[in-house]
Amino acid sequence: MDDLFLAPETWSVAGRTFTSRLIVGTGKYKDYAQNAAAARASGAEIVTVAVRRVNLTDPNQPMLMDYVRQDEFTYLPNTAGCFTGEEAVRTLRLAREAGGWNLVKLEVLSDPKTLYPDMEETLRSLKLLVKDGFDVMVYCSDDPVYARKLEEAGAAAIMPLAAPIGSGLGIQNPVTLRIIVENAKVPVLVDAGVGTASEAAEAMELGCDAVLMNTAIAEAKDPIRMARAMKYAVMAGRDAYLAGRMPRKLYADPSSPLAGLI
Amino acid sequence: MAWVSAKNGAKMVKILLNGEEREVTASNLMALIGDLGLDGRKVAVEKNLEIVPRSTYPATQINDGDRLEIVHFVGGG
Repeated sequence: MDDLFLAPETWSVAGRTFTSRLIVGTGKYKDYAQNAAAARASGAEIVTVAVRRVNLTDPNQPMLMDYVRQDEFTYLPNTAGCFTGEEAVRTLRLAREAGGWNLVKLEVLSDPKTLYPDMEETLRSLKLLVKDGFDVMVYCSDDPVYARKLEEAGAAAIMPLAAPIGSGLGIQNPVTLRIIVENAKVPVLVDAGVGTASEAAEAMELGCDAVLMNTAIAEAKDPIRMARAMKYAVMAGRDAYLAGRMPRKLYADPSSPLAGLI
Repeated sequence: MAWVSAKNGAKMVKILLNGEEREVTASNLMALIGDLGLDGRKVAVEKNLEIVPRSTYPATQINDGDRLEIVHFVGGG
């Protein structure tokens, strides 16, 4: 942004301010070293992480914390694998103790085939977490009614899917995403479903505050190059949104003057 | 019930650790984490469904029948 002589633009969630509008996951990589390289190339300041039992049979296996370091990235612990509010609270209390902060990502899934969020349980879980002092960024369906309910229940950010987790299908429902953006007073992030850079740009052009992705980078043939592509796509999309696109017209409008023709 | 191991005289307790039954001799959580070869700064512990703050590991006793979960951060989306 500096080369455009613009002040760096920031966004805030739960009182924390960030410059990068890309949040990246840390799953599905070949190894933690590639994961760390991709995270760096993406310019992300926040990475999502999961909480799991330590491996007691091999305590010397590589650890995420040694590669994707907490002095470089803000960890956003998730509740992947939780199906109830109580499980989510239990998992994130452990995460808070392991990481020492309360900014978390809530995801309560239902059907294993679609990994679609269980919104009724998600809303109930959110209320439990807010009561427990967490700042909760909520993975949700692209339903404007539930988005409003989540915000009313104290969500720190609303994170509707573009398409099912890991599907790479791109933005399936730009209309509802835009409605959610227009009505929310908290940050809105597209979380899940982005497959390539143009789709990340599209999410930002819809007015989203940021994009969260994992598989689009991790499962690219060259994850590090894709991470970089996503970084620029998010920046480009944000700039295009702020610049305001030209109106769509049915007919042509010449770019060269008609007057003075020889 | 706790008993004394004939081998080294250390008190042996039976606990449920990450869902598995284990017999351990460590008397406190700090010692247990060390015995398991783990780095206490990189894990979080729940004992009988209660979070154990890291600062209290040395003072946290391991008793027979305790249910412990030791977790850490792994890659995820």
